Amino acid sequence: MNYIGEHLLPGQLGHFFITLSIVASLLASFAYFRAAQAKSELESNPWKKLARYAFLVEVVSVFAIFSILFYILYNHLFEYKYAWQHSSRSLELKYLLACFWEGQEGSFLLWSIWHCLMGLILIRTGKKWEAPVMSILSFAQFILATMIAGIYIFGWKMGSNPFILLRDSGVLDNAPALHVDFDITQPLRADYMASVKDGNDLNPLLQNYWMVIHPPVLFMGFASTIVPFAFALAGLWKRKADGSIDDSWIKPALPWSLFSAAVFGVGIMMGAIWAYESLSFGGYWAWDPVENASLVPWMILVSGIHTLLIYKHSGYSLKSTYVFFILSFGFVLYSTFLTRTGILGDASVHAFTGEGSGLTYHLLAFMGFFLIPAFVLFIKNYRIIPAIKKEESASSREFWMFIGSLVFFLSAILIIGKTSVPVINKVFGTNIAAPEDPEYAYNSIQVYVAVIIAVLTAITQYLKYKETSRSFFIKKFLVPALIAAGLVIALFIYGDIKYIKQGPGFHGALWLAAICSIYAIVANAAYIWVGLRGSLKSAGGSIAHVGFGMVLLGIVISSSNKEIVSQNNNGIPVPLGEGEKPGENLALVQGVTMDMGKYSLTYIGDSAHPKKQLSYYKIHFKSKDGKEEFTLTPNSFVNYKGNEGLMSNPDSRHYWDHDVFTYITSISNPDSEKDTASFKTHTLKPGDTLFYSRGFLIMGEPQEKDSLPPDIFGDTGKLFETPVKIFAKTGSVYSVTSRLAMVKGENLSLPDTITSESLIFQMQQIKPDKSMELGLKESNAIMKYVTIKAYKFPFINLLWFGVIITAIGILMSMVRRIQLNRMNRSGS
Amino acid sequence: MKKTQIILLVLIAVAIAVLISFLNTAGTYDSMQMAIEKPGKFMHVAVRLDKSKPVEYDPVKDANFLSFHAIPVEDPSQSVKVVYRNGEIPNLMVSERLILKGKYETDHFECKDVQTKCPSKYKEEQAKGQTHPDSIKVN
Repeated sequence: MNYIGEHLLPGQLGHFFITLSIVASLLASFAYFRAAQAKSELESNPWKKLARYAFLVEVVSVFAIFSILFYILYNHLFEYKYAWQHSSRSLELKYLLACFWEGQEGSFLLWSIWHCLMGLILIRTGKKWEAPVMSILSFAQFILATMIAGIYIFGWKMGSNPFILLRDSGVLDNAPALHVDFDITQPLRADYMASVKDGNDLNPLLQNYWMVIHPPVLFMGFASTIVPFAFALAGLWKRKADGSIDDSWIKPALPWSLFSAAVFGVGIMMGAIWAYESLSFGGYWAWDPVENASLVPWMILVSGIHTLLIYKHSGYSLKSTYVFFILSFGFVLYSTFLTRTGILGDASVHAFTGEGSGLTYHLLAFMGFFLIPAFVLFIKNYRIIPAIKKEESASSREFWMFIGSLVFFLSAILIIGKTSVPVINKVFGTNIAAPEDPEYAYNSIQVYVAVIIAVLTAITQYLKYKETSRSFFIKKFLVPALIAAGLVIALFIYGDIKYIKQGPGFHGALWLAAICSIYAIVANAAYIWVGLRGSLKSAGGSIAHVGFGMVLLGIVISSSNKEIVSQNNNGIPVPLGEGEKPGENLALVQGVTMDMGKYSLTYIGDSAHPKKQLSYYKIHFKSKDGKEEFTLTPNSFVNYKGNEGLMSNPDSRHYWDHDVFTYITSISNPDSEKDTASFKTHTLKPGDTLFYSRGFLIMGEPQEKDSLPPDIFGDTGKLFETPVKIFAKTGSVYSVTSRLAMVKGENLSLPDTITSESLIFQMQQIKPDKSMELGLKESNAIMKYVTIKAYKFPFINLLWFGVIITAIGILMSMVRRIQLNRMNRSGS
Repeated sequence: MKKTQIILLVLIAVAIAVLISFLNTAGTYDSMQMAIEKPGKFMHVAVRLDKSKPVEYDPVKDANFLSFHAIPVEDPSQSVKVVYRNGEIPNLMVSERLILKGKYETDHFECKDVQTKCPSKYKEEQAKGQTHPDSIKVN
């Protein structure tokens, strides 16, 4: 049957390239394997040549798949399920790329693309390590290709194909309107595409520019961990002719692992910025499983870099380097498993829907294929891995560097252990859940890790490899210690750590962490002059450590001094029960200024996006000292595409030393705005007082107006003006003049409204003795309000800036290592 | 024994101690019945929203106080009052399941955090045999 309005060619091409990619990557992997196993160059070269061509075909296929998918998304070909599920016509062009990573198929594709680019570089620079390393990388490509294959093998669906048609995906199977005779047992109507006019759209939370740029960087980081892993594995696999371990892999592996650490680290922190800028949990880090799952492999990778440096300079720690590089890649696979299979279930706010058991086994197989051979090789070769029997000296750099790496590694294991609770529950049938304060469960431990790591990064720089003399250490060490002490005293005097919720113990730990991070910044910066005599070329490590110290300090200060601007303890009176603490939500009635801490806030109004159910809410901030005045416009998707309620994006005002950050938590429901309350009539005399639920009003003397236009009022018409004063409980006083016209025996009046008091009154009758009948009602319907949360984050820029410095430092070391490798090669 | 080995052992001991203390503070997934029997103990309880009773939220009076009734998944005959003091819960009305994180206190479940489990848009369409109202317009 032919269907009208379908474009089948892109999909057919897509299927072809996916198949080609599977074949080419498998062939490349096999040919590289033969090349690596070959006894002589003569034997190995033809295999290597074949492998290179196969890999090139693989690269072309992957890019073709990507381009075709992009074409489908760009042209809104909703006959393809991927386009229908992840995009829509109203989606802005700039978010089109984000559609790739919303879906699982696109994410694996992106991962694959980075492998391709790294593979091309490895082919050029790999030399004797090309064959084994590329064999491993190509095999990973093969597995990634099967992830998007979507083929059935013995009734088991392998992977999920991005080019599957909407009509084949089952989505339309039960939609009677799209079937012949409105009967779902009949085939689809030939013109069913005429009814499929728009797609499901991208998740609103992903419609943010950070979401366009952070996943590619993060995935590059994820993907790049395979290179140090592959080198380490190749080092265990390809031994020297005499059977001993060939450790020359560490030279090319070092710049690669530095590259990976820089990109991966930046990717993680860009994700943190995305969370900060576009998610409404009020911060940049929540120890969510998805965040932890990417942090842990990064931490292990960084441990591995440090042990690698130790080995390079002292001959110790090669074994731990193997373990760290293997585990770093292993945990990348594990974190994919955690976040993609839906095993986290109730533990994560991220709604990654699992593809079912197929993907679970697929990913378990991925892990098994790589990790089992790696550990088997490691254990088999354990005895022959070079190691020094003599103990490290306690005054040597390598000793303390190793301790630092170990602490970092164990801290990563603790994090992933807590994150894996749902897996443990599943495997062992337990029912452990997160503790009452899940973030504190992490923070209370990691703060001490921060203290240890900060101190070690600082002191270790001043130690020499092998042995350090006491006088050398003290001489160099004294100046930075004194400077840091000065800064710490300044922090004591001018700054503060305000977070006391968890008691004095944790408060002290936070202080300690702040002090140690300051020390780390100063000592590492000073080392560039004291230790390296200002030679920036080799200062990459010190600069990275300065940046890392800034990251730690930024985290401690911005998180523990976070202020809740919307603390609801004044303004609208809140009936606070005993022992209740004020909440973080604040209601703002349109047009009414609220006093909140340092600011007064006014909800000015809202405006809507022309095409989407997206509303922008203008909140005006004015600081009481008059120094700051600005308007923030947080936005919210309201009842978007079948979601009930709000999906809010925050807005923040950035200052060099702090951010003011706000987002909408609820809005007045337009449906409940139907006014159901009715007027209650009160008879009053001038000077009388009338109470309402939030205050009282005092009636003035009605004044009869003269010289009325006769064409409206006629001869007998009258107009009365009555001043009314309203005294609200909040202390506000309002004056209103209520008018009543009497025309041709009819009483005409308009109701008067005090919005902030939800009060409406209407003069209904004025008698000759000046007694009045006043109708009064109180209604929530007239209130247009939003509730917001607003925070102040001090010194958050220190964190972002620290990340940049760290990345620059690591990349400087990477460049330096590449140069040294080249010099070595040309020298030898 | 080498220094590094001693430190390694110490660190591993610390790590194990930390994990054990984590397990002590960790909550459990439990039934509402259990929560009522052990008031004051922090638990994760799976419930459904009781739609026959009103959801109480008046942000102008108190932007933080929210109260509703919940039916425990294991015992549909019950209905327990739940109090949440952190404002409105998005998607509460359409949720098919709620995970309440908190503890039972005298007459109500005091909730620190609520996780709403909504029917996945996509799966629901397949299950109910409907396509999404916004996504496929039928003339």
